[in-house]
Amino acid sequence: MSRRPFTPKVVTANDLLEGDAVWLTSDDQWTRDISEAELIEDEAIAQDRLFFAMSQPNVVVGAYLAESKASDNGPAPTHFRETFRTRGPSNYAHGKQAGV
Amino acid sequence: MYTYNDFDENFIRERNAQFRAQVERRIDGSLTEDEFKPLRLMNGLYLQLHAYMLRVAIPYGTLNSSQMHKLADIADRWDKGYGHFTTRQNIQYNWPKLKDVPDMLDALGEVGMHAIQTSGNTIRNVTADHFAGAAADEIEDPRPVAELLRQWSTDHPEFQFLPRKFKIAVTGSPNDRAVTKAHDIGLRMVRNDMDEPGYEVIVGGGLGRTPVVGKVIRDFLPKEDLLPYCEAIVSVYNLLGRRDNKYKARIKITVAENGLEKIRELVEKRFGELRPEFNGFDQNLLSKIEAQFAPPDFRTASTNGYDAHRAANPAFRSWSDTNLAGHRAPGYAIVSISLKAHGATPGDATSEQMRVLARLAKDLGHDELRISHEQNVILPHVHKSDLPALYATLRDHGLATANIGLVSDIIACPGMDYCALATARSIPVAQEIATRFDELKLEHEIGALKIKISGCINACGHHHVGHIGILGLDRAGVESYQITLGGDGTETATVGERAGPGFSAEEIVPAIERLIAAYLDIRESHDETFLETYRRVGLPPFKAALYPEKEAANAA
Ligand code: SF4
Repeated sequence: MSRRPFTPKVVTANDLLEGDAVWLTSDDQWTRDISEAELIEDEAIAQDRLFFAMSQPNVVVGAYLAESKASDNGPAPTHFRETFRTRGPSNYAHGKQAGV
Repeated sequence: MYTYNDFDENFIRERNAQFRAQVERRIDGSLTEDEFKPLRLMNGLYLQLHAYMLRVAIPYGTLNSSQMHKLADIADRWDKGYGHFTTRQNIQYNWPKLKDVPDMLDALGEVGMHAIQTSGNTIRNVTADHFAGAAADEIEDPRPVAELLRQWSTDHPEFQFLPRKFKIAVTGSPNDRAVTKAHDIGLRMVRNDMDEPGYEVIVGGGLGRTPVVGKVIRDFLPKEDLLPYCEAIVSVYNLLGRRDNKYKARIKITVAENGLEKIRELVEKRFGELRPEFNGFDQNLLSKIEAQFAPPDFRTASTNGYDAHRAANPAFRSWSDTNLAGHRAPGYAIVSISLKAHGATPGDATSEQMRVLARLAKDLGHDELRISHEQNVILPHVHKSDLPALYATLRDHGLATANIGLVSDIIACPGMDYCALATARSIPVAQEIATRFDELKLEHEIGALKIKISGCINACGHHHVGHIGILGLDRAGVESYQITLGGDGTETATVGERAGPGFSAEEIVPAIERLIAAYLDIRESHDETFLETYRRVGLPPFKAALYPEKEAANAA
């Protein structure tokens, strides 16, 4: 059985203090805007970046790799759960959507 | 109602101080998340999709006005000015900051509240009939026993690491409003042949991945045997319950795998050992607790004003038809206040609404409030002569929706708008159904109907016991909604039947509309409820309404 080709990912987690969604940038910062995140196209790099994220337990919680795709605006989510994490809940204008 | 004694107060204060230190150590890096997570969960603190969430216990759903005021203050000071009431009679705050949580817990402690054992593999908040102490059909108020169970289970050293979470519900009425058959232990007060009150003990009920209607393990348990008997059940489960597989760890699976007979034998044996150890202290304690739940001083007054107002004011009449229930005291009513305004989030109340409710409870309701598992607020003791004034105030604050028990009185869990475990959203589906049927002006025509929505298989929205249940799933990266029909959460508890393939987010509301149109079409009379019709005719006509293309293909 052939392995499935690697699909692009971003590293994401929740902020320890605020609890909200954050994404890892290519310069090792955490951003609240997924479009500023590092889009990872290589599996080995993805693992490496995830380990880096997991080595920051005092900044973020629960880091994982999330499917993502390139867009004109930088990385964008592909799954609805990840889309909601970039926005906030649908019943109130709370969370990230409140800031824009 | 129960007020904390020095022991309770000290316990909460110490526990909060401990947790404050744990939060500090997490923030300064001396505790890892793996170390901290079990500690925060023990104190009701979750990490959700967009923020932390604090789940506060409202034991057996009972609150006084100062507690409700405090919940409002906490919402304003540390959250976004609202709270979400859940199907387990808890309140959840969706936006706390980690560093603020210890202050929130201290604030709760000031009014005798806490968030302990609202999570983890422990005995959770004991739930009860929300009409307890007021219902006309009640044998006895179940809350003293619920409080006894709370005290016994809180921090019980033997039961802090059960195979899985453990939920107990209790009702004092033959009409089950506490979904006792969907709990690990359900207690239903009954009378024996000698007319003595006691409990029917139900075990191994539960929803979630494997929905099971609980089974009667003892059909009559004398009142004074309750604590040792419950301890016997939990203790047998603690030894026998599976710890190797999370999905097989609940007592419903233990009962299924071992058989009710074997469980009963083991429980009776353990009960025999434990019974002598309970030499009356629990009954002493219970009688002290009972004294604190003495009924309020009901007053006698004329209800002529109420009758006149009903006759003159159609909106008030409609509200009193749906939102009032029979009270045991003459001249009184139980008022259900809907947190389901059409298009609003089921179970959410703003801090302003909470304060209005607290004030009404204090002024007109003998200082008592209840939270129902159906995510509404109850004022259990209101004299009918006060109802016109009460109604006017409720209306001014968006709290006078006349829909209790109707199609828009929907239970919905937070779903993927908040919950990290969700597979789809549930709140928008509830909002759209309620809005749609309000537009159609069909709600009262349809009559009694319970729609319940969960955002994943964990079934916090009780979808299995909804007359119409909706389960949100992730099907290949798209939200998909599966319908179950004929569920029932009362004394005639039934798990709903799956109707067929799921519907997309766009299709689900029209599908529900077709379902209800079919019911209106085939019901025998105006008085035959949706559930009764379903029981009479079964799935086929509803299936035909849900999947018309399939029907057409079969006919061709
Ligand atoms: S049913 Fe699922 S989505 Fe809904 S609150 Fe429970 S765990 Fe979350």
